[in-house]
Amino acid sequence: MEILVLLKQVPATESLIAIANDRVSIKPDGLKYVMNPYDELAVEEALRIRESQGGTVTILSVGPAKAAEAIRTGLAMGADKGILIDPGNLTCDGLATAKLLAAAIKPMTYDIIIAGHRAVDDDNFQVATALAELLGIPNISMVVKQTLADGKIRCLCTVEGGTKEVEATLPALIATQRGLNDPRYASLPGIMKAKKKPLETRSIADLGLDAAGLQPLVTIKALKMPVERKGGRVIEGDSVAVKVAALVKALHEEAKVI
Amino acid sequence: MSQNLYFTKEHEQVRTALRDFVNKRINPFVDEWEEKGAAPLHALFKEMGELGFLGIRYDEQYGGEGLDYWYETVMLEEIARAHCGGVPMAIAVQTNMATPAIAEFGSEYLKEKYLRAAIRGEMVGAIAVTEPDAGSDVAALRTFARKEGDVYVLNGSKTYITNGTQADFLTLLARTSEAPGYHSFSLFVVPTDLPGFKISKKLDKLGMRSSDTAELYFDDLRIPVENLIGQEGEGFIYQMRQFQHERFSALPICYIGAEEMIRETVAYIKGRIVFGKPLITKQVLRHRLVDWLSGIECLRQLTYHIVRLKMAGQDATREISMGKLVGGRLLNQVADGCLQMHGGMGFMNEMRVSRFFRDARLIAIGAGASEVMSDIIAKLEGF
Repeated sequence: MEILVLLKQVPATESLIAIANDRVSIKPDGLKYVMNPYDELAVEEALRIRESQGGTVTILSVGPAKAAEAIRTGLAMGADKGILIDPGNLTCDGLATAKLLAAAIKPMTYDIIIAGHRAVDDDNFQVATALAELLGIPNISMVVKQTLADGKIRCLCTVEGGTKEVEATLPALIATQRGLNDPRYASLPGIMKAKKKPLETRSIADLGLDAAGLQPLVTIKALKMPVERKGGRVIEGDSVAVKVAALVKALHEEAKVI
Repeated sequence: MSQNLYFTKEHEQVRTALRDFVNKRINPFVDEWEEKGAAPLHALFKEMGELGFLGIRYDEQYGGEGLDYWYETVMLEEIARAHCGGVPMAIAVQTNMATPAIAEFGSEYLKEKYLRAAIRGEMVGAIAVTEPDAGSDVAALRTFARKEGDVYVLNGSKTYITNGTQADFLTLLARTSEAPGYHSFSLFVVPTDLPGFKISKKLDKLGMRSSDTAELYFDDLRIPVENLIGQEGEGFIYQMRQFQHERFSALPICYIGAEEMIRETVAYIKGRIVFGKPLITKQVLRHRLVDWLSGIECLRQLTYHIVRLKMAGQDATREISMGKLVGGRLLNQVADGCLQMHGGMGFMNEMRVSRFFRDARLIAIGAGASEVMSDIIAKLEGF
């Protein structure tokens, strides 16, 4: 079973995010970067499939040189090799990222591609779906359980208020949802072995693509921090009746909810 | 943030893995374990063993990672970030207190049977030196192992034994001769499932409450001769060597623990408004914090110097003793001062600083009290 995992390096969710002076990007200083948590699920699921069916796990990531750290973490967890696609100065939107991945994956043999359903930094939800479309393979998202049999993959997926069961023929792409598994930790021997595993870097030109065809269709115009929540108001009064009356008045006239 | 000269990318990866583990598999349970008076060491060590965290420095032949003292330092620094002193101490007992002598002086049999199991986290170890009437004065030990054919018959008791209620084996120092001098002691691996082993009681402590501590009793416990570590009569010497690993493990616990507490305290006094201004704006407090940070940096650099000495194969007894002496003092100073800065809130058990204050106290006592460190240093200085 040839398994590909798509992975993105993102700022750690506990990082304090500040908007840069250009107003369209975040300040990189002091940020700690980690593997996108949904991609951790993808790596874990890939390793489990390999453990039960044999095969190899290859991690692909689009990002700057620094993103190799996240690939190394995946290799330390147990993946076999990594490919970093460095887009250089190009700012990639979801579609451009998918095009880069598609170009890298097309000449490869694979049975299953596993991705996070979204990256927690810009929450686009696009790359996995766009990639499946570009490769012309089935795409199943929000997967919380999968089983492989007879060249098919059967998945349990979350939908609003419940789950659904779907099936597709391999090769297929599945996108992970929380609950799929409990990702393992990178072990110390794993970290040491990861040093020796192959990790190659490819540029846009290496993939036979041209930056002109990858210009983003979507551009960020402004970033804003969420509005700070105001503190609550305690309604004062001499008796319960007075306080209730004041509350009703406030709900009716100020909040306009009753 | 301390500047880094010594740690490579691989060290940092190991650091990240350990930090992740401490944050996810230790910290969420610390309150519960503190309340219970013990951490589930078999389960925790099994998990840590599988990840390779318990055998960093040990030979790959016995399941270790065969890595150097810098990796061990990374491990000690990261476990020190746990939100209590008890669990890091329990781990350090396994890696730096109960096993170094087995690895260094033990037979093939002992390494295969006990070191391997300790590295895999399948056995919990404890170090049994202290007795009701002999602590830092190790030569006053009375527990006796009398050789009878192919066993040593052990009688006596040990106290303040960390991991003592859960241990599968004890690395135990006992007299094997009544003759005065340092060659009357031997170091043994004592399995706790042998008849004659008794836990007299689980001890109640001021701090380190997530770590269990026991008083143990041996009544004609028959230790097989193959469980003797190295040569009979050399145990005291082996234990003095083993103590260097034990005391070294206290240093990262001191500077990382103190640094963590300062970070917490700074966050707290930034938000605490007194007389209309955040408390952090008081110069007297800022300067006090900086004094501590300067001391912490000195201790850290002394620790790194010790690592370099050890890597060069040089004896670091003098420097380790100095580190432990300075570290114990510094940690208690920081604990006391940070609690003070928290005011009344610092006295509440719900605050991490209050636990830290209680836990810090042991560092100046355990593994050889500060006064013993001073004596060792004085002797090495020739006075």
